[in-house]
Amino acid sequence: MKELEYPFDVNYLISNKRKIKKQLLTKENLIEKNIAILGGSTTSEIKNMLEIFLLNYGIKPTFYESEYNKYYEDAIFGNEELDNFNPDIIYIHTTNRNIIDFPTMYDDEKNIDNMINSEYEKYRKIWETLFSKFNATIIQNNFEYPYYRLLGNKDASDIHGRTNFITRLNQKFYEYANSTKNFYINDINYVSACYGLDKWANQFYWHMYKYAMEVPAIPYLSFNLANIIKSIYGKNKKALVLDLDNTLWGGIVGDDGVENLAIGPEVPSGQVYSEFQKYLKEHKSLGIILNVNSKNEYENAIAGLNHPAGTLKPDDFIIIKANWNPKNLNIKDIAEELNLGADSFVFVDDNPAERQIVNNYIDGIATPEIDVPENYIRIIDHNGYFEVTNFSNEDLKKNELYKDNAKRSQMMATFDNYEDYLISLKMKAEISEFKPIYLERISQLSNKSNQFNLTTKRYSLADIEEVNQDNNYIKLYGKLEDIFGDNGVITVVIGNIKNKDELHIDLWIMSCRVLKRNMEFAMLDTLVKKAKERGIKTIYGYYYPTAKNKMVSNFYDIQGFEEISHDEQGNKTYKLDISGDYKNKNNVIEVEE
Amino acid sequence: MEKEKIYERLNKVFRDIFDDESIVVTAETTSNDIEDWDSLEHINLVVAVEQEFGIKFNMNEVTTMKNVGEMVDIIISRISK
Repeated sequence: MKELEYPFDVNYLISNKRKIKKQLLTKENLIEKNIAILGGSTTSEIKNMLEIFLLNYGIKPTFYESEYNKYYEDAIFGNEELDNFNPDIIYIHTTNRNIIDFPTMYDDEKNIDNMINSEYEKYRKIWETLFSKFNATIIQNNFEYPYYRLLGNKDASDIHGRTNFITRLNQKFYEYANSTKNFYINDINYVSACYGLDKWANQFYWHMYKYAMEVPAIPYLSFNLANIIKSIYGKNKKALVLDLDNTLWGGIVGDDGVENLAIGPEVPSGQVYSEFQKYLKEHKSLGIILNVNSKNEYENAIAGLNHPAGTLKPDDFIIIKANWNPKNLNIKDIAEELNLGADSFVFVDDNPAERQIVNNYIDGIATPEIDVPENYIRIIDHNGYFEVTNFSNEDLKKNELYKDNAKRSQMMATFDNYEDYLISLKMKAEISEFKPIYLERISQLSNKSNQFNLTTKRYSLADIEEVNQDNNYIKLYGKLEDIFGDNGVITVVIGNIKNKDELHIDLWIMSCRVLKRNMEFAMLDTLVKKAKERGIKTIYGYYYPTAKNKMVSNFYDIQGFEEISHDEQGNKTYKLDISGDYKNKNNVIEVEE
Repeated sequence: MEKEKIYERLNKVFRDIFDDESIVVTAETTSNDIEDWDSLEHINLVVAVEQEFGIKFNMNEVTTMKNVGEMVDIIISRISK
């Protein structure tokens, strides 16, 4: 919903949240999450705003909200309601209003060190207690700067200053965050700075209603928080699709000629596009795929991208569509070629008409409302499309992986027989029970996979860790490499052992990067082998249809399972008897266990 | 601005906030008359009214306002300045 993307109309959101909520609740395939808000100040409107932003991301939250300023008591002593609530996410909304003991000029260095430590220890105890009780992810506010500076500028550098105290305390929070999984900082220090600290700290709202920031600032806070949560549940965008003329450079390459484009250090209008190109290129290090979608002659587009002052070169893009087709059709093609959903794209185009067409035809795609070039970066950045939570090394290599895939497609064209092509790839797989170094990637995969996903069950990192510890599961990951490169971990199967000799497959997912490579057969072979070792006689498979996983509706039939039931919604149950001999199905991949 | 016009605009704000098209506010309307109008929703209402008329209430006004009529009086005094 456009109204819930940055830049938003705060007043509209506050006035119309009920209407917006009703409308969003009609969306299909919402995933449900329990979110506990433990507040050190009033949280009512924070919750309301968070709810509509999350619904917009396809997440339907149920809330627990602590009594006013009972975050500490709830965390440390617990209460029945919270215990029974069993939160997936615990958000601790504390602010500098919750710091009781600030240093004064009378304190010496040792005193102040102690004050920092005792404040920090209070929070550490909260986090550790919550982690010990719940299998949940914790999101903790850092502290915003104080709204006055008793020492003036020295407040920042002197240990007696509140600004200095808050900076040091924040640093300790970050150290904890860096060494703790399932723990994230909600950076209200940055959000309040962007918003304007004087307005943010409007005391009217504190003294009237015990809100630690002014109410019109709350949508910004909640949006920032929603971005962390949607990222945890794999709802980040994955690719940028970029227009060229007046988006990546000033001017129209076909009309003005390459030499007359505004890009490079000579003039302000060129500088702004240079900076924008650099900003876009930086996304490659996050695993974001760059593509072009431009109404242009192909040669002109390439010539523009080869401009000597440009940062982005043709080689930085996976797919370049430069033609005269409608842009929404180009986007569909790009999605198909990349095997990604078009709803995971961010389409950047300076032309509002093009944005609107794309927005109308492609459900879920983001079309940021960029206006003038000097605002492009801010508008894209503040939307949090690519919010980083679980970063895996896979992401660093993502662009190469897609490049390799393009090469495979070319090679495939030279073979008449598909199996010959598969053999020529000299594929090697590693299939084994979960290993700690892959848990992050496994969780990420479970949240990102939509098409090749039999049950669409999502696992947070905390969930995956729990499965990993539990001996009642057979849990396999698969890695695949070939002559063109290493695909990394691309498939996961989790089976739950019940009644001694039954294995129920809770999750079977595979990245679409490796479709039609027979990797699923290799996985089944290993699964059967491991199951036999554990005395399993029957494997049960389940298919639950969603809007996106039609591709695998007959998966178990193809794998040789027998359908034993299905219902009106299309949910199907299968079984495979493995008490007798089992013949391996894979003969093109060399498997290492 | 005429009083009538102000009530018309206020009505729209109330209807949006409480998502209830049947609301008609009068000078005598208080929080007792609208089910969802609690102290937490009150602050959102104040923010929305401020935005609608481009004004700011001060703390004293918000704490002493007894009904919609008093709110309208403050709005009129602000706009006419």
